[in-house]
Amino acid sequence: MLTWLSYFERFGKNFLRGTAVTLELTAVGLAIGFVLGLLLALARCYGPKWLRNLAGAYIAIFRGTPLLVQLFIIYYGLPEIGITFTQTTSAYLALGLNSAAYQAEYLRGSINAIGEAQMQAGRAVGLSKWKTIGYVILPQALRLALPSWSNEPVSLLKTTAIVFLIAVQDLMAEGKRAATATFDFVGTYLAIAVVYLVMVFVLDALLKFLERKTRIPGMDIETRR
Amino acid sequence: MPKPILTIKNLTKKYGENVIFQHLDLDVNEGDTIVIIGPSGTGKSTLLRCVNLLTRPNEGQIWLDDEEITAKGADEDQVRQHVGMVFQNFLLFNHLTALGNVKLGLTKVKHMSDAQATEKAMHELTRVGLADRANHYPGQLSGGQQQRVGIARALAMDPRVMLFDEPTSALDPELIGEVLEVMRQLALDGMTMLVVTHEMGFAREVADRIIFMEKGYIVEEGSPDEMFNHPKFPRTREFLWKITELYGKKEKDAE
Repeated sequence: MLTWLSYFERFGKNFLRGTAVTLELTAVGLAIGFVLGLLLALARCYGPKWLRNLAGAYIAIFRGTPLLVQLFIIYYGLPEIGITFTQTTSAYLALGLNSAAYQAEYLRGSINAIGEAQMQAGRAVGLSKWKTIGYVILPQALRLALPSWSNEPVSLLKTTAIVFLIAVQDLMAEGKRAATATFDFVGTYLAIAVVYLVMVFVLDALLKFLERKTRIPGMDIETRR
Repeated sequence: MPKPILTIKNLTKKYGENVIFQHLDLDVNEGDTIVIIGPSGTGKSTLLRCVNLLTRPNEGQIWLDDEEITAKGADEDQVRQHVGMVFQNFLLFNHLTALGNVKLGLTKVKHMSDAQATEKAMHELTRVGLADRANHYPGQLSGGQQQRVGIARALAMDPRVMLFDEPTSALDPELIGEVLEVMRQLALDGMTMLVVTHEMGFAREVADRIIFMEKGYIVEEGSPDEMFNHPKFPRTREFLWKITELYGKKEKDAE
């Protein structure tokens, strides 16, 4: 059995590289998911009927099927109809498109909670519908969504581990390689688990910080209308 | 003969089969304070909401100055800049300070510079006595202060008409006075106001004309003296007596 030190010497760099890839996947997936999720939420709340239905169908499909199936369709399936993505791009897409469906639901909930009343207040001042959404509804809805939305980055970070199945060299893939090379499955996967855990702790702290930073003075965000 | 600033002709609003009001006519002259009273559910608020197009009437026309605002293709956002609205439950923008609330329309609708908007907003906050609360958020203000910010927010747009939809109904009794005082001052300054309220003291003292609405019709209208002392219809007398009793404002008799 390798001592911890020599083990670290041998695989430390790989783990570090894998960790960077995992963080990248999380960040890109979250960003794609946020932009698309916001558009979906707005489409569902304020779009014409056909667009509302379209957004609803998108959410139903991407929440209703396993992410792994989506990933395989993008990576293995699409080339059959002539659309080929690299492993990394496929991973970004699958994570982003899937996360968008969940983020859309978080945002839709809080947009509805801010409600029609704030819309009327904005319109009464002379703001157009979209200006009211931009300057009045969203600044409040995003804050309101934050505590429950915070699940998404944490969940996504761990979900990225499935991309090793299409040979993206993330932390999970590096761990698997180290485990196979050393036959130390317990030790290696425990080490990987600890790295994930530390990342989640840091992410959680960041999200809590963001929540504190954006809190509206004098407002108890949970009971706000 | 003063020229009406706001003319409502043959206005009808219904939700499906449910008629809110029908064939309503009303002229408002510049500088007038019109107080609309009546039992709840008689279409008073809906009438106000029609005037700033938050609700579309089914029939009839509304003119603001010489422009028909109910015309097809009239720019709603343009109209609303000229019609200030104060809501029963304040509806301040909760994520903005008092100053931010008043400034938003100035910067995003009137496209003023930040400095201009701040100056104008501070002027309006001073007018409602809240200059020292400019940097407080709605959650840090009392109900009365929030409503005064709501008034300042509407005033900042330099509206031709101000609409008040039961502005004191959501307030604790001891906070009503400060809001009514601001409104009284506005009326004195010559602002044209349409006020839905149950504050009979305010109606007697400030209104140029009182309109009694019931079941979607204007039952009676007249000066405070006519309405309180010589109402033509027993129903008007009954309602005024009840509401005055209820709100305990018998001490001030109109002359």
